[in-house]
Amino acid sequence: MTYLTRVPWAPLGVLAALLVPAFGSRFYTFVANDVVIWALFATSLNLLVGYTGLVSFGHAAYFGIGAYTTGILMKKLGVPFLLAFPAAGVLAAAFALLFGLFCVRLTRIYFAMLTLAFAQIVWAICFKWNEVTGGEQGMPEVPYPDLAWMGRLPLLDGLRISDHFYLLTVLLVALCLFLLHRVVGSPFGRMLTTIRENAERAEFIGVHVRRYELAAFVLAGAFAGLAGGLFGIFNRGVFPDFAYWTKSSEVLIMTLLGGMGTFYGPSVGALALIILNQQIVSYTEYWPFVLGTILVVLLFGFPGGLGGAIELLGRRLGRPRRA
Amino acid sequence: MFLFLIAAGLSLIFGVLRVLNFAHGTFYMLGAYATFQLVQWLGVSGGRFWLTALGGALAVAALGGLIERLLFRRLYGKDELYQLLFTYALALILGDAAKMLWGTQQKSVSRPPELTGALHLFGATIPHYNLFIILLGPAIALAFWLVLQRTRAGRYIRAAALDRETLGALGVNVDALYTWVFVLASFLGGLGGALISPMRATTPGMDTEVIVEAFVVVVIGGLGSFWGTFLGALIYGQVLSFGILFFPRFSIFAVFALMAAVLMVRPWGLLGRPLR
Repeated sequence: MTYLTRVPWAPLGVLAALLVPAFGSRFYTFVANDVVIWALFATSLNLLVGYTGLVSFGHAAYFGIGAYTTGILMKKLGVPFLLAFPAAGVLAAAFALLFGLFCVRLTRIYFAMLTLAFAQIVWAICFKWNEVTGGEQGMPEVPYPDLAWMGRLPLLDGLRISDHFYLLTVLLVALCLFLLHRVVGSPFGRMLTTIRENAERAEFIGVHVRRYELAAFVLAGAFAGLAGGLFGIFNRGVFPDFAYWTKSSEVLIMTLLGGMGTFYGPSVGALALIILNQQIVSYTEYWPFVLGTILVVLLFGFPGGLGGAIELLGRRLGRPRRA
Repeated sequence: MFLFLIAAGLSLIFGVLRVLNFAHGTFYMLGAYATFQLVQWLGVSGGRFWLTALGGALAVAALGGLIERLLFRRLYGKDELYQLLFTYALALILGDAAKMLWGTQQKSVSRPPELTGALHLFGATIPHYNLFIILLGPAIALAFWLVLQRTRAGRYIRAAALDRETLGALGVNVDALYTWVFVLASFLGGLGGALISPMRATTPGMDTEVIVEAFVVVVIGGLGSFWGTFLGALIYGQVLSFGILFFPRFSIFAVFALMAAVLMVRPWGLLGRPLR
């Protein structure tokens, strides 16, 4: 166990992700890109659900807002990616602040319902506001950012634009995850965990619980927005169902599958779920059926998710043998 | 009005079991499919439609009871998130199972011959069947309310909603009661689906659509509140229709905005009671 924990897993993971295009398969790069973006999305949700104990059922709203922000800025206004990408996070955070102000006043099931209501509002606006969002048809053909500079770098000149974008995504997501990791490990992050464990006690020791919850909500929204911004470009288009409630539940399942409250759990969940999806879809069209079954097994058998199961395994293996 | 039937089941489950049932929309869809299947076997003539609709609803109710008994039972007392996700998993599985059984094509049931005509009123044409649904909604609401208020089972259900432990201590079999509540709620959902099948085509995907609508209705009226659900269904219908009439583009928006507004001001709904 001790030597396992000493391995720098995170940098290794990033390195492994960066090497994917080197194998030259368009398909694997595509899948990996999908995974990386969803990993960020799921991790941002984990900040809420896993660390703060707030079950949001409308996290897709901020993903959608981010995707539309970057999409509209880049496609219609020709804003460079360097500005359009942070804008996704900022706008999503702004909306998260606005919605969160109301949401954190409610508890548990009502919190979940209100986040769902707000997400559906966002979806309804995206769905109907044809002039800006393209309405039901969505907004296809979001351009790739100008990544010609990457082609001038050594080793990267032979790659496709989609590979370049993938590398950019990996670096940006790694940066975001690093920031989130810092947040979780900071005193602020510790306080969130305290609130999850016992909000009343946190209140007693003088913590402004709602303010902390709101901060977590805004942060989670911001990072979901960034994930959305990347996804819009990756997907070559932005569509209203980015913000639909089924997306929210999808990301919730990923988080749960990977293990709530463990930092890398959601990334593992995203990886597992997307690869599984790719594999199963080639056999059968009944992916939701399989997903539902996995979920049921998970709920009854491994409430800690994959991350929890691995941790458990590690603890068992690492336990010193009694003489 | 049929939305009231579905929302009433959802509200009942929430009121007693404190669980938001995502699979409820799926029960509604299964009710429609089951009715379609029975109609295929039996036909609609000679009053058989009523038999098939009832049969479809009963089949769904039985399924609901089975699921509660075998699986759902084990999640009581666990995190709400797990319960929520379980019902969602159920929705995925059952929804896909329906797709396997009946395919992705639209299925439609012809109207019962007794009610194929239409009424001409003030220049508007209202099919008899729609009229029948409009009248049936309040009738079922009333019957349901009478059961809840006047019978022993209804008293138990109301008591369970207030305090399940005390009720158990008083010698009521709460476990069995929960199963029956689930059965009743599934029946209402299935009946909603069965009765809608002659009006709208039955398709996969109707479950996710309707569940969100039912959520809105229940939240507006008050989770677990019976008349609240009725009121919620009425308000929902009005907002949606008038929204379509006056601001066609923002009618869905208005509905969800209403839901959010209610949650902000009175999270327990217009006619609901705050929890604990």
